[in-house]
Amino acid sequence: MNFIHQRQTVSQPAEGLMPSGTAHHEQVVARQRRGRTWAVVFQAAVLAGILALCALLFNILNQSFGYVAIVNTIDPSELAVEGLPLNELPKDKLVEILEANISAGLMRRYENDMPFTERSRENVHDLILERVVEPQVQATWGLFDSIFARGSVFAEAEERFPGSEVYFRSWLTTSFISKSQSSEPLRAGVRTAIFGSLWVVAITILFSFPIGVGAAIYLEEYAQKERLLNRLIQTNINNLAGVPSIIYGMLGLAIFVRILEVITSGAFLGIGDQSTANGRTILSAGLTLGLLILPLIIINGQEAIRAVPSSLRQAGFGLGATHWQVIWHHVLPSAMPGVLTGTILAVSRAIGETAPLVVVGASTFIALDPSGPFSKFTVLPIQIYQWTSRPQDEFRNLAAAAILVLLILLLSLNASAVLLRNRFDRSRAVS
Amino acid sequence: MTVAIKHPAQAQTETVSLSPNGTGGNAIEAEKMSVFYGDFCAVRDVYMKVPSNKITAIIGPSGCGKSTVLRCFNRMNDLIAGARIEGEVFFQGQNIYDSDVDPVEVRRRIGMVFQKPNPFPKTIYENVAWGTRINGFRGDMDEMVERALRSAALWEEVKDKLQQSALGLSGGQQQRLCIARAIAVEPEIILMDEPASALDPIATLRIEDLMKELSEKYTIIVVTHNMQQAARISDYTAFFSVDDKRTGNLIEFDDTEKIFTIPSQKSTEDYITGRFG
Repeated sequence: MNFIHQRQTVSQPAEGLMPSGTAHHEQVVARQRRGRTWAVVFQAAVLAGILALCALLFNILNQSFGYVAIVNTIDPSELAVEGLPLNELPKDKLVEILEANISAGLMRRYENDMPFTERSRENVHDLILERVVEPQVQATWGLFDSIFARGSVFAEAEERFPGSEVYFRSWLTTSFISKSQSSEPLRAGVRTAIFGSLWVVAITILFSFPIGVGAAIYLEEYAQKERLLNRLIQTNINNLAGVPSIIYGMLGLAIFVRILEVITSGAFLGIGDQSTANGRTILSAGLTLGLLILPLIIINGQEAIRAVPSSLRQAGFGLGATHWQVIWHHVLPSAMPGVLTGTILAVSRAIGETAPLVVVGASTFIALDPSGPFSKFTVLPIQIYQWTSRPQDEFRNLAAAAILVLLILLLSLNASAVLLRNRFDRSRAVS
Repeated sequence: MTVAIKHPAQAQTETVSLSPNGTGGNAIEAEKMSVFYGDFCAVRDVYMKVPSNKITAIIGPSGCGKSTVLRCFNRMNDLIAGARIEGEVFFQGQNIYDSDVDPVEVRRRIGMVFQKPNPFPKTIYENVAWGTRINGFRGDMDEMVERALRSAALWEEVKDKLQQSALGLSGGQQQRLCIARAIAVEPEIILMDEPASALDPIATLRIEDLMKELSEKYTIIVVTHNMQQAARISDYTAFFSVDDKRTGNLIEFDDTEKIFTIPSQKSTEDYITGRFG
């Protein structure tokens, strides 16, 4: 009643309050101009992002490829026997050369690792390159200089490192991926770090996906949202998603490495190497990262479940389905693409995490492949971090190559997850 | 422990309930049923005896609690947080709000078709088959699906694309699929909440024809805000109105013919003739 009364008291608008004619036209033009200005601002924001990404990629690629100046301790041509160059010699000659140039102790060690009679010719050849020729990197140049300032690169190499061999080197090679760590930059590889990352991520997914999705289902479908306890839990999960990752590292150190050492070191199964692993294992790392991404998976899962239209639930209930049947047959399949998207993002974050693993105790030098959840480990980000903190230039090149490996690993894991999700989508919406 | 809903035996004592002069038993009887959402009383003190194997229409202005009442008949309101029902709703002599009655059991025997067609994002076949499968159907599934689709007058249109997504059907076809899906679990009552309001006139007519056919086997209760539709298809009509506290009340429940020609209540007449609502 009150409302109607008010309307009656409002007088008719006076003439000329709304712009008309040219005034209206100009006003529209002004409004459109304002809109275009904002569009330009947003485009600039996107452009800035793309530029930043390009700069990053340029930096990485620049470091990953380029000229290197190398000085050999012994020139391979000096090792030629009877006019035959090193790489054409038969195996027995190569063994002789090796024996003549390295200490007897080292020779015995190689013999113990694998008798020379069983070693292949290539293997012995590699040993000679490694121990006798002993190439040393003197300087490296970036990809940009190598392409556009080739002359000055060679001139500089000639001047500063006379007698050095200058050649174009890709730091990202198949041997970089397949070789394990080494303190010699030319022989170092990321094989152990790749295996470490894969192991840790596998444990992270196995731990956090079922628990995260389960918690999301409980919170969305079963928990009474008005209850104080549930509101408290919900708020805390949201806050946990923003806790700095190093805090999770401390948590992992306290709980998985120290308190649960018996389990995480594998001692309860009688396996695992006490002297080296002592709880600083792949299992601890995987569980720590699992805790780290658990809130993300729960929140994303909840959002995906909430987005399932209520009409779908009602249709299920209306046919006499139980709550669980509705969840299992309708809610979860509809929510799964969203749940998987959230999981992909969370796992991507886990792959790139460094800080918590430093605290949990990733090793920086691992020459042996991890053999299971109870091995000590290193992961790609740790490896990159360790290489970038070395004083020598060439380790920076290794780090750049390792970053490329990490990016490729990340992209391929994401791509496979996206493919999986799309398959899920397609199989549901049969056309 | 849940108790199976008994078959009609206990006759309910005569109350002040509004009831049309139907013969041949009642499918569902509401006794002093009130619905609350939190503190708000949405519908108050409904007495209603819905006759079997007839079409009963529920009409009334927006917000008068038509849909709320309908959803009480198969306990769909249980799904709404904060909803509370007082009074009793008898289905075959059993109060479906007794603590030992499982709403899951009620909902198979009192099916529902919703306002907006809501097929599952699965194949047409699976849409029909799913409800029966979860309810333990153990016969020939192909035959059952065909029978349900034929009953819903949809078989001829979809028989060649049973394995295609139900979402590819037109709105009217989707709604008939939802009816087929509801029929498939062999309910005794079908509740329809404005089943044709999202459809064009031709699809609406097909649904109405279908409801006529189905009323031979099933009791149908349909909420509609289309009075012509109520007049065309229903045997009985219940008129709900809303008071100044926005609480819905059942005003009149009688033969459709009577409601639309000589209603006993002034407010019914006002509504029917378009002077209100």
